[in-house]
Amino acid sequence: MTSDPFVFDLAHQTVRDLNAALHALPPGSNETLWRVENPRGLHAIAAGVDADAAIEIGGSVGYYCAGMNKRAAITVRGNAGVGVAENIMSGRVHIKGDTSQAAGATGCGGTLLIDGNASARCGISMKGVDIVVKGSVGHMSAFMAQAGTLTVLGDAGESLGDSIYEARLYVRGAVKSLGADCIEKEMRDEHRAQLFEKLSLAGLAGEVDVSEFRRYGSARTLYHFHIDNLGNY
Amino acid sequence: MCGIVGLFLKDASLEPELGAMLAGMLGVMCDRGPDSAGFAVYGAGETGQLKLTLRGPAGTVFSGLQSALDEAAGARVAIVARDTHAVITIPATREFAIRTALAQIAPDITVVGVGARMELYKEVGLPSDVAIRFGLDRMAGTHGIGHTRMATESAVTTDGAHPFSTGTDQCLVHNGSLSNHASLRRDLVREGLSFSTDNDSEVAAAYLTSRMREGDSLGEALEHSLKDLDGFYTFVVGTETGFGVLRDPIACKPAVMAETDRYVAFGSEYRALAGLPDIEHARIWEPEPARVYFWDRAA
Repeated sequence: MTSDPFVFDLAHQTVRDLNAALHALPPGSNETLWRVENPRGLHAIAAGVDADAAIEIGGSVGYYCAGMNKRAAITVRGNAGVGVAENIMSGRVHIKGDTSQAAGATGCGGTLLIDGNASARCGISMKGVDIVVKGSVGHMSAFMAQAGTLTVLGDAGESLGDSIYEARLYVRGAVKSLGADCIEKEMRDEHRAQLFEKLSLAGLAGEVDVSEFRRYGSARTLYHFHIDNLGNY
Repeated sequence: MCGIVGLFLKDASLEPELGAMLAGMLGVMCDRGPDSAGFAVYGAGETGQLKLTLRGPAGTVFSGLQSALDEAAGARVAIVARDTHAVITIPATREFAIRTALAQIAPDITVVGVGARMELYKEVGLPSDVAIRFGLDRMAGTHGIGHTRMATESAVTTDGAHPFSTGTDQCLVHNGSLSNHASLRRDLVREGLSFSTDNDSEVAAAYLTSRMREGDSLGEALEHSLKDLDGFYTFVVGTETGFGVLRDPIACKPAVMAETDRYVAFGSEYRALAGLPDIEHARIWEPEPARVYFWDRAA
């Protein structure tokens, strides 16, 4: 197994070439360590990776970085633009800075860890991903969330969990307002255990007290059309 | 889609570089808006003088206006021609006489911007080409804003390109679309504002002009627009001394800002900011929805 990372410099090479090289990694490849330099906010960096690779990106990225990720561990040493790790299937995406809108959108699995803040619509339509945000999330986060967990160590903006299905939302700070059909729920032992597990995934085991969090989820009144709910749709 | 850039310098030693920095930012935003582009630069000004930015059809020889302009101004008028545009510097008291003379001798020339310091250029074409045609990279100034347009609400014409200027030293660039621009336009026309296009963004510019006429600061005018403007918008606005940013409460349209000791910069995407000096150490953030940001040199 090689220990030197495979270095890709986006000042001289294209994102298309980078992604083609990542997509071509055969199963069991020894090229498991990748370093991407000079990302300069370019879009779709390391999107669509399906390999047991560790990819470190040395700066801020643009839209859809690590989108559709499977298996890879991707670290961004900077901020991320719109839709980071959108539709993530598995693996782990770690953003050292802040993220723009729709982080982890429609994610089906894996872990998205954001050290800074995430702006609006974090975890929109999430379907199984575990998202941990060390800072705060913007308005309409977990909109139409269907499965998975969203853990926020800071605050949540307006309309958290609007039209939520079954995802679990854990927020330590203040929630500006809850969206339609999202309610606060009792924090039982099973939830504390789950939250501890998710915080452990993010390397925060023991650093954060799970009893400081509140849980939010679906009141399940909007699942089926009901004429009395018309005003909520 | 559209792309917006803006730059407000705090460090005077960067002023000779303003145009070059703005041109770089605008070039990166070409693929957000390849139809047309424009920019406004706040450069040097002289007490008692006004700068009028004129636009003529391709091939206009602006020096041919010299004697007529001198006569209307009662003084020698400086004319600096740049491609289809020219900036003329006139005594502030002679603006009406100059406009009247222009309308008579050169009816196909339009005044696109007026200000003590503002110069405004816009054309149809790839933004990086537009910047080269006007020599943006050689312009100096304290602040500037730019726009790359992908037209959605009105035609691809030079008039429809941004920035829009509806008041002295005021201009606006917009990414988004307004839904109540028609009714707002009727109200503003009643107040005496005039429009040169059917563009929704021009209505936003005129709205801010109207508020500032009534005594609002730029920040107050932007606060009021949260109540009165309906639709999607990220605005970047310039005044003689100020620079403001506002996103609508839904915040669909992207925005990233960077601030260092030397400048404040705005870009639709971080890519536009990636080439700025010492960006690695800048404070970078996404402007919050419905929150007014503004900086003023006079403050």
